[in-house]
Amino acid sequence: MQEFLQFLVLGVVAGAIYFVAASGLVVTYSTSGVFNFAHGALGMVAAFSYWGLHMALGWAAVPALLVVVLVGGPVAGAVLERVLMRRLQGAPTLSTIGVTIGLLLALVGAASFFWNQSESRNVVGFFSPTSSVTVLNVAISYDQLTVMAVAVAVAASIWFLLHRTRIGVAMRAVVDDPELVALSGISPSGASRAGWMLGCSLAALAGVLWVDSGQDLAILTLTLLVVNGYAAAIVGRLRSLPFTFLGAVLLGIAVNMGIGYLPSNWQDLQFTTPMVLLFIALLVIPQRRQRAAERVPAVRMPVASLRTSLVGAGVLLVVGVLASRLLPSNAILWVSYGVAFAIIALSLVPLTGYAGQISCCQLTFAGLGAFAMAKVAGDDSPLGLLAAVALAGAVGALIALPAIRFQGLYLALATLAFAASMDAGFFQTNHFDGYGGFLTVGRAPVLGLQFSSGRAYLVFLVAVYALAAVGILALRRARFGRRLVASNDSAVAAATAGVRVARTRLAVFTLSAALAGLGGALLGGVNFVAEPNDYQMLLSLSLLLIVTVWGVRSVTGVLIAGVGFYLIPYLFNGNVSWLYLLTGLGAIGISRQPEGVMGDIMSRLGGGPGGLPSVGGRLLRRTTPGRAPMTPAVLDADG
Amino acid sequence: MPMVEPPDLAASSSAGDSGVSSGGDEHERGAPASPPALELRGVSLAYGGLVALSSVSLSVPAGQVTGLIGPNGAGKTSLYDVVTGLTRPSAGRVLLHGHDITRSRPARRARLGLGRTFQRLELFSSLSVRDNIAVAAEAAYPLQLRRVRRRPHSDASEAVAGQLERVGLADHASVRVDTLSTGMARLVEVARALAARPTVLLLDEPASGLDSGETDQLAGLLVDLAAGGIAVLLVEHDVELVMRICSDVVVLDRGSVLASGTPATIRQQREVRDAYLGQLAVS
Repeated sequence: MQEFLQFLVLGVVAGAIYFVAASGLVVTYSTSGVFNFAHGALGMVAAFSYWGLHMALGWAAVPALLVVVLVGGPVAGAVLERVLMRRLQGAPTLSTIGVTIGLLLALVGAASFFWNQSESRNVVGFFSPTSSVTVLNVAISYDQLTVMAVAVAVAASIWFLLHRTRIGVAMRAVVDDPELVALSGISPSGASRAGWMLGCSLAALAGVLWVDSGQDLAILTLTLLVVNGYAAAIVGRLRSLPFTFLGAVLLGIAVNMGIGYLPSNWQDLQFTTPMVLLFIALLVIPQRRQRAAERVPAVRMPVASLRTSLVGAGVLLVVGVLASRLLPSNAILWVSYGVAFAIIALSLVPLTGYAGQISCCQLTFAGLGAFAMAKVAGDDSPLGLLAAVALAGAVGALIALPAIRFQGLYLALATLAFAASMDAGFFQTNHFDGYGGFLTVGRAPVLGLQFSSGRAYLVFLVAVYALAAVGILALRRARFGRRLVASNDSAVAAATAGVRVARTRLAVFTLSAALAGLGGALLGGVNFVAEPNDYQMLLSLSLLLIVTVWGVRSVTGVLIAGVGFYLIPYLFNGNVSWLYLLTGLGAIGISRQPEGVMGDIMSRLGGGPGGLPSVGGRLLRRTTPGRAPMTPAVLDADG
Repeated sequence: MPMVEPPDLAASSSAGDSGVSSGGDEHERGAPASPPALELRGVSLAYGGLVALSSVSLSVPAGQVTGLIGPNGAGKTSLYDVVTGLTRPSAGRVLLHGHDITRSRPARRARLGLGRTFQRLELFSSLSVRDNIAVAAEAAYPLQLRRVRRRPHSDASEAVAGQLERVGLADHASVRVDTLSTGMARLVEVARALAARPTVLLLDEPASGLDSGETDQLAGLLVDLAAGGIAVLLVEHDVELVMRICSDVVVLDRGSVLASGTPATIRQQREVRDAYLGQLAVS
């Protein structure tokens, strides 16, 4: 009994911290319509800053806390609002998600420059560890009491602010109608700024409380702490503070009971608890309509014709062959990684680009593909490739069955939950490879061709990419592609026109997962290895981000994104921090151009909003003056 | 349940000459007691405490334009949402050619012959005019293996071409729809609804945003469609248009049917004038 109570106290304390994190999310979401994926990363930076002031510079705990939470948090919030978030008013969900993921990565990248992760850091609590009160034979430390009291105080004061003060009501209204708020004499940007300042303060407070409660100071742990906050916030439907509180405390208790009572061979499950709860919460709690209507981007990617895509594929193959001859051998390795990664990235084009379904778990499917490749018929059989496609596609379909009910942000969160659960519950366990090990993945012969040299394998990968890209563009021009776009543009109109929207989404999710699985099997073949760390949720987020930065509807952009993803660490001698930092900064551009870099290039080449000719189409027409212009229907199918 | 085979109206570019008399079930065509194309029996809908529809019963016969009028908030669009399956009614039944479709999904209803347009335009904004129409046509002409040998897409593409021609948008086929004027966008919605080969067509204020020439063109089109056997239900604030082309008019007020009858009888009714027509006359 006493043990149970002890875990209960730990659970409530953890829940209190989850609540502080979740309340910040709720505040920023309800004041700006932006779900801040970087919320945990902000808390992480705050926790490290607190450590710096308190432990490294020797400040007392209270002034350090006050400076971080009451100065650092609000300043960060005001700057973010001004530089990034104000531009995102009414932006497509993919853009807001992309920008905040970018911020997350940039903060992780920057933090790993400042605070070397090989060093171990701890924070001394506010009170001496021995000072405690005893209730029912359970000792509750002053620090634990403080955390609980702070959570209650936070809940009460935010509720009072949002519901009983003029600025609070304006903060809640500004996301729905900024102009109406302006009419009432309150500056809309001021209300939005107040929301971000408060949200960032709460993120900082959560970070400090977490490390103060004796947890390790680790960049990733702190950044992902907020995922538990997501689950709590969804229980509160991203709006209700009391339900968020309830969700947070139940989650805290569930996690700690898992630690206390799960049999040792089921201990892995405790890591997946928040994710499973998030998934269940999304399923059973009726979702609110997403706040803030999305504005439609002015620039759209044109859809290449068959001729253009074949010419593009041919050019790509030539470049691939030349690269395989000319590049030094270690560059071959990194470019091969990049092209294989681009094949995984390509799976986002039909899913996110055409159908508007945001997935944060493509690398999970890639991991399943690599797993199937390694386990089926040796590790280098064409059967393995088929198994990779089949396994990833089947799991994708299973996940899609419940998840296709979600839209936009909620689908992103559901797939995030799936990615994190698979990460903790499968890839990082002995089900995958035995702890700390890896799987051997070979290269399958295709059409009687062996790809034993790295150079040959690169050409093979480029050919697969070209084929897949041509196939996806053909799909887009066909019935299925029109249905995808129609279901995304207006699901109600598509349904009343006879399109089975759910079936269409299920199909594209399955197809996308299968392609990611194939990419994963091929990625494993580059260096004959599949490691658990290759399939982390954070990498799936990075993938989604870089693809969005370059243009999620552009197969050219996706190739550049994939290859660039591996070239940056190569150019910076394997330092991944640069990758996170640069990619994160690139995300700022999304707030300006939702169609990404490729969309920007297209708009510069094409001009007016009435329809953009494809670059390929232009070149062809220029070089073959005698030919009649291509039918506008093909060129302008999407724009 | 036998699938309703819709008459092949959509593929023909000229309306009114197809000779199909009614969009009824194969077995029941010509029978004296053939059910109305669309029938609502005691349909109610409540959002929390707010009653949007209260035991609405009405029937829409094939081969004519039926008007549905009423002040703003009377429940006209809610009724359309219930009929097309976007909203589940809290009580009552919806029948299409005598078949109960109350629990069918929207896409199933569309394939059974129910088409609609939206008051607030719901176009596939990133597709061209042609592709907007094609999405509906392709749902109505599913790919079948036995058809593959003789050009699988031809049925759907003929239907698209026919509809483009019919609403006069053939010259704009390749234009992205979000660059169109409201009037043209409304015509695209009508063409898209027609491309799905409906036997029952629900139109939600199709004339709003149209100039008088376009309105006349639309009126002619609707009369032609009805003559071709389609049951047309028309929600419209342009009372003059409603009175001109509708054979019957149903007046909805605060979620209930206030009156129904021919345009002439509707005009005479005091409560209708009080609830709606008088209000319009003042404005």
